[in-house]
Amino acid sequence: MAQADSGQSVQERPLSPHIQIYSNQINMLMSIVHRITGGALYFGTLLLAWWLIAAATGPSYFDFVSGLFGSILGKIILFGYTWALMHHMLGGVRHLIWDTGRGFGLGTVRLFGWLSLFCSIILTAAIWFVATNA
Amino acid sequence: MSMRTPLKTVRHLGSAKEGTDHFWKQRVTAVANIVLVTGLVWLVVSLVGADHATVKAAISNPLVALGLLMLVLSGIIHMRLGMQVIIEDYIHGEGSKIVLLMLNTFFTIVVGFACVFAVLKLSFGA
Repeated sequence: MAQADSGQSVQERPLSPHIQIYSNQINMLMSIVHRITGGALYFGTLLLAWWLIAAATGPSYFDFVSGLFGSILGKIILFGYTWALMHHMLGGVRHLIWDTGRGFGLGTVRLFGWLSLFCSIILTAAIWFVATNA
Repeated sequence: MSMRTPLKTVRHLGSAKEGTDHFWKQRVTAVANIVLVTGLVWLVVSLVGADHATVKAAISNPLVALGLLMLVLSGIIHMRLGMQVIIEDYIHGEGSKIVLLMLNTFFTIVVGFACVFAVLKLSFGA
């Protein structure tokens, strides 16, 4: 403490390494995607609100909004919304497992990362298959 | 000699006096959202291409309406906590951070109340 006070405090201190220092790893990428999907879903709730308000407004406005959601652009956005929802949910389940103190082995962490990516794609495809073929 | 009493250790509330409140609410709503979001996906998938009368009838079903209301409540708490962390991580200016944290609260409440109003109107409205 005494040393730090005697003029050495202006010296550049080493900073802890940030993400650009590390090579890409699946768990790191999934962590970043978890935050991005969370942010996207945050604003995506506007779509849910819009849909509910349209239904509460009346048939003609509902048909208009329903048409927008059913357009190509609407479908692309809703497809992305579905995937973001599934990925964020599976990433969240991963975190809930980690909260119990389990699953911190290197192999398990990697497996969770790949599983959350793989299963989110499968779930999204399954939802859209049912939605378009029912 | 430490002047601290054991009470501090017992309470475990830390300097912000909130303890694990943020962490715990994020987890509780996360678990609730797994169930409620699954219900929402099921509802939306079952209503693809449906006309207004069908959608209105489906949402005004008491169980569906209750599920949606609980999803909105759990969802906006979860959203607000999550966005709060993002803001605190990336926004370092004290003023802009406070403004954004306020906007975060306003946004989630506005979206939440709009959804609740719509569901109630569909349930009780003519």
